Amino acid sequence: MQALLHQIFSGIATGGIYASVALALVMIYQATHHVNFAQGEMATFSTYIALTLIEAGLPYWIAFVITVAISFVIGVVIERVLMRPMTEAPVLSSVGVFIGLLLIFNSVTGWIFTYTVKAFPSPFPETSRFLGGWASPHEAGATAVTLIVLALVYVFFRFTKLGLAMRAAAFNPVSSRLVGIHVGWMLALGWGLAAAIGAIAGMMVAPIVFLDPGMMSGILLYAFAGALLGGIDNALGAVIGGFAVGVIENLAGAYLVGAELKLTLALIIILAVLILKPAGLFGRAIVSRV
Amino acid sequence: MSAARRPILPVILALGLAVALAFLVSDYRLFQLTMVLAYAIAILGLDMLIGYTGQISLGHGAFYAVGAYTAAILMANFDVPYWATLPIAALICAGFGFAFGFPALRLGGLYLALATFALAIAVPQLLKYKAFEAWTGGVQGIVISKPDPPFGLKLSQDQWLYLFTLMVTVVLFLLARNLLRGRIGLAMRAVRDHALAAEAMGVDIALLKTRTFALSAMYTGIAGALGAIAVQFVAPDSFSVLVSITLFVGLVVGGITSLAGAVFGAIFIVFLPNIAENISKAAPGAIYGVILIAFLYLLPMGFAGLRRRVARPGATAQPPAQALTPSPGTPSPGKSAAEIRIKSG
Amino acid sequence: MPALLEVAALSAFYGETEVLHGIDFAVAAGGVTALLGANGAGKTTTLRAICGMVRARGEIVFDGEAIAGRATEAIARRGIGHVPDGRGTFLELSVEENLRLGAISRGDRGVGDDIERMFGYFPKLRERLRQQAGTLSGGEQQMLAIARALLLRPKLLLLDEPSFGLAPLIVTEMFAILARINREERMSMLIVEQNANLALALADHAYLLETGRIMMSGAAAEMRENAAIRHSYLGY
Repeated sequence: MQALLHQIFSGIATGGIYASVALALVMIYQATHHVNFAQGEMATFSTYIALTLIEAGLPYWIAFVITVAISFVIGVVIERVLMRPMTEAPVLSSVGVFIGLLLIFNSVTGWIFTYTVKAFPSPFPETSRFLGGWASPHEAGATAVTLIVLALVYVFFRFTKLGLAMRAAAFNPVSSRLVGIHVGWMLALGWGLAAAIGAIAGMMVAPIVFLDPGMMSGILLYAFAGALLGGIDNALGAVIGGFAVGVIENLAGAYLVGAELKLTLALIIILAVLILKPAGLFGRAIVSRV
Repeated sequence: MSAARRPILPVILALGLAVALAFLVSDYRLFQLTMVLAYAIAILGLDMLIGYTGQISLGHGAFYAVGAYTAAILMANFDVPYWATLPIAALICAGFGFAFGFPALRLGGLYLALATFALAIAVPQLLKYKAFEAWTGGVQGIVISKPDPPFGLKLSQDQWLYLFTLMVTVVLFLLARNLLRGRIGLAMRAVRDHALAAEAMGVDIALLKTRTFALSAMYTGIAGALGAIAVQFVAPDSFSVLVSITLFVGLVVGGITSLAGAVFGAIFIVFLPNIAENISKAAPGAIYGVILIAFLYLLPMGFAGLRRRVARPGATAQPPAQALTPSPGTPSPGKSAAEIRIKSG
Repeated sequence: MPALLEVAALSAFYGETEVLHGIDFAVAAGGVTALLGANGAGKTTTLRAICGMVRARGEIVFDGEAIAGRATEAIARRGIGHVPDGRGTFLELSVEENLRLGAISRGDRGVGDDIERMFGYFPKLRERLRQQAGTLSGGEQQMLAIARALLLRPKLLLLDEPSFGLAPLIVTEMFAILARINREERMSMLIVEQNANLALALADHAYLLETGRIMMSGAAAEMRENAAIRHSYLGY
């Protein structure tokens, strides 16, 4: 029982990471109907920035904030420079550009920070008296951070004027322009936010999986699975989906397929959702079935 | 697409040059050229899917890997001669392609890209899986030996393998050319440009797409087998997602819906890393990325399009990218449907 | 009356095709101007051209300032509210959010009061406040679109076929409300309509558009009496 609870809680902790990345993916998907294949690589790059800042002697949380800010700016710049001309582009071009971005981020990360696997510090204590062994302090802390981030994102979109403008721009850019919303900047802000959320996910997962340039590729896969499971046009659904696949992954890894086939499990979830319920559990059925 | 006769002469000259190269360059260069041919076949396979049918796969490295492992396992464990592994790899990959394509192709563009991308990421893990270890050799992989030239021909192993691969390539390209220019190719393009119209004209879209996927996987699988024989080694980590991405880059850079483009793309992905690795281990990826994006913005028809543009200045190359998914709302002329009517009538 | 909007030699294009061939017209401050014409005459395109939504050439002077070539959002912020073709509802958002979006580019604090005032014109919207806007009926969505455009506090309201697809009773009610808004808020309007009868009753000036050219213009009352117009557009 203890072991099962531990697996479930671990699943929730990693699920939070997947949920964050899934949310980042969905934010960009809702606004542009593009899937950012480079989301994982961007997050890895951000995590290296954080490590560099920490190694330079900055306190963890200051490095954390600076990293989030830098990632935000990177996201905005990418949208303004690369994605803007892609608004009306066909799927092949947009997929190609995202793959190009993935390659660039992956290589530049390896180039600057080398390909050696590095340890990444956790801001949370090594042991804790409170958690009674069914969760590590880092898992608990990372889950808390994730939940805070998700709550902030929710409050931002639900209750602020800017959040409303961003949602409007994503749903209906033409009408948004007619009420005076700078739609282009809303998309750029969305990219910035997505990059910032990805960066936080990267910093939270790095102490668990260690840091190397390919760190996020498996996580991105699970985030895809989570986003599709919840419905790729539904932010809340994607978050729930992310947590769900985290738990599924951990339980299946412990009791069913073993750790060796975790990625395959993600592939199976993706295929199963696409085939059985393409709109996801909470999405609207708008998948183009050609 | 209008049946403009391509001059046959440049093709013959290129073939002559390709044969002559076997006797002109070093064994190492011949190995590279063999890889060019293998990748050209793989890219051609990918092009059938992406270029002609408009379905994006980011996971063809999986079929390349299946082809490679098929050849290696057959040669190492069952003493099957290298040439006989090709049809078997072709069959197995076609089967995999059909099985994967059957469900996957019901999904629209982006979702297929996603599913195949997931497949590509999962491949190395599957190859390492313990249950298959007796055959796949697990993390260690399989070492195979290079074939000797037959009939006591006085050729080096590399010369022979290059010429053998060249023969296979020529046959596969000829087959593809006839197929893509014929009725089936027309139906594929019709599905790409106007799925509804194609369906109305009696094309069974699902079946056509699935068969195309199988055919595409088959070509890529044969390429994988040839590649494995040339490299003499297969291991899970050589079949990371990067193989799929590299093939995709080669296709876009070479130019989609172009047989010659597949060769250009293959040359690009074989020789660019050689040059770029002098700068840094990371350089090839970064340069791939930059060039990929640059091509999508500046030269959506790839090298092949550049060649056409130079050959016929003023002729605006229709960017195939636009043909892939006509954006909703912009009525595009029902060209392909009209073409079908003309050809069949 | 001074002209609030002056348009000269306006041409507009869809891709390479020119669909407006250099038209001139004006909207008087505080007045209602109608653009009449059959389907495909270029009425909607004219409104889109004013708002920078299509490629256009020519002069557009709004409130003493040349706005041709500006971005759509800049033109909206300058004071042109547009009730677009198809109503432009934010279907996924609530009615309240749709209304708040109308005022989103305003910096002032009077939004709450303005929304209250809109309920005065369109009481149905108050009942539907929490509902998802996509669930509203066509007439309700049209009212929502007008309220949304008014919440921008524009100087000029562009209305694109507000009667389209609505039941006659609702259309009559809506045009009465539009007349009230014009009167009570001194709101200048440029209205595009196929239903010339209705539009001419509301408008004080009208232009007749045919395949991208202005064929006729004059006071609304005179246009109503014009035999050609009566014959072609009013049906009696």
